[in-house]
Amino acid sequence: MNYVFQFNVVWEHFPELLRGAWLTIELSASAMVLGLCLAIVCAYGKTAGPRPIRWLVNAYIELIRNTPFLVQIFIIYFSLPVIGLRLTANNAALLAMTVNLGAYATEIVRAGIEAIPYGQIEAARALGLKRLQIFRFIIIFPAVKTVYPALASQFILLMLASSVVSTISAVELTAITNSLQSTTFRAFEFYFVATGLYLAMALGFRGGLGSIYWAVFQRGRAA
Amino acid sequence: MGRGFGTSEFLYLLEALPWTLLLSLGALIGGSIVGFFVSIFRIAPSRPLRWLATGYIELFQGTPVLMQLFVTYYGLAVLFNIRVAAWPAVLLAFTLYSGAFLGEIWRGSIQAVPRSQWEAAECLSLSFPKQLWLVILPQAARISIPPTVGFAVQLIKNTSIAAIIGFVELTRAGQLMTNTTFKPMIVYPVVAVLYFILCWPLSLLAQTLERRVDAGLGIKKGL
Repeated sequence: MNYVFQFNVVWEHFPELLRGAWLTIELSASAMVLGLCLAIVCAYGKTAGPRPIRWLVNAYIELIRNTPFLVQIFIIYFSLPVIGLRLTANNAALLAMTVNLGAYATEIVRAGIEAIPYGQIEAARALGLKRLQIFRFIIIFPAVKTVYPALASQFILLMLASSVVSTISAVELTAITNSLQSTTFRAFEFYFVATGLYLAMALGFRGGLGSIYWAVFQRGRAA
Repeated sequence: MGRGFGTSEFLYLLEALPWTLLLSLGALIGGSIVGFFVSIFRIAPSRPLRWLATGYIELFQGTPVLMQLFVTYYGLAVLFNIRVAAWPAVLLAFTLYSGAFLGEIWRGSIQAVPRSQWEAAECLSLSFPKQLWLVILPQAARISIPPTVGFAVQLIKNTSIAAIIGFVELTRAGQLMTNTTFKPMIVYPVVAVLYFILCWPLSLLAQTLERRVDAGLGIKKGL
């Protein structure tokens, strides 16, 4: 092995890498919020909806969970324009990430809902609350709290999976790394540093999601 | 308008399917060997071994598969001073990746064996390796089967990422077919369906096995 590592080229372009990392963070954070909303709606549909809705939600979950994320991106970005739905690369990436996360998170949230003791729902019914009110005021908050750790690791998996959206030219960290290494011919060094950035982001997201748990579920409210 | 999407185009996709399977199987076998040691190291009495295994898992679960592929691909090139073919890099990267995930899954399975089994084995004055091999692992193996099948689904889906560095498996074949037929609206959904046909039965199998193992352990879940 007589290869000379040249990391100084990487440091010269470091601000560009950081710009890419920021788009990764933006995309992931937006997809987390949107995906969780989608998951809550779907979980309501799956646990309380009429049969056709339940069937539809199940089909959505199974389809997404049994096909690769990369193929889902290709369908959204390359196939949908054929039927007239043209999205920019960033929007397509966000849509793909949201739809993907939504399916996994629905199953997680549903598990949280099923863990709520049935007595609480009966008690709410006895107080005359309607179905949606029970879901909104009694079920969803403790349900999400129960499954929060599982949700958090799913969020981080999504952030890591987002590197794949570089294939549709959304210029996040991986795409910027690709273009920088192809102009500087320092492939190994660039990918090595980018990998380190992803690791840092994964740890950062874990810490951030932990703080959100404290801020939302532990402070002020009676659990 | 290019050529249409007919039988021969479909057959081209089908011919790429074995490569997806072969890569998944190879990575599963290699990953099992790595994962076996990772899981043992994770629970070993020696602290440096535990740290080593934990660091390995953190590294591979905290970075994107795509980055692991790039670093392995260019890392091998740097190491041997030549441009290597895609497949050894892809196989190595997926082996290391599977090793980390299987290691963590199996660690969980080992720790799910009741503590009293360890104590009983110790009372028989078995050494640590014998306790593990004769008493714990046979019981842990049963518990580990459903999540391992679940991981196989994840692995099959993730091998699609190998397409990005040019390894011709199902997804890459889909890209090539799209480029020659200009029919992304047909090709990518067909690719997705092929993955679904591969993954869905495995997902169902994992669920069935999980129920059976839970019943065997006397665990009741859900309502």
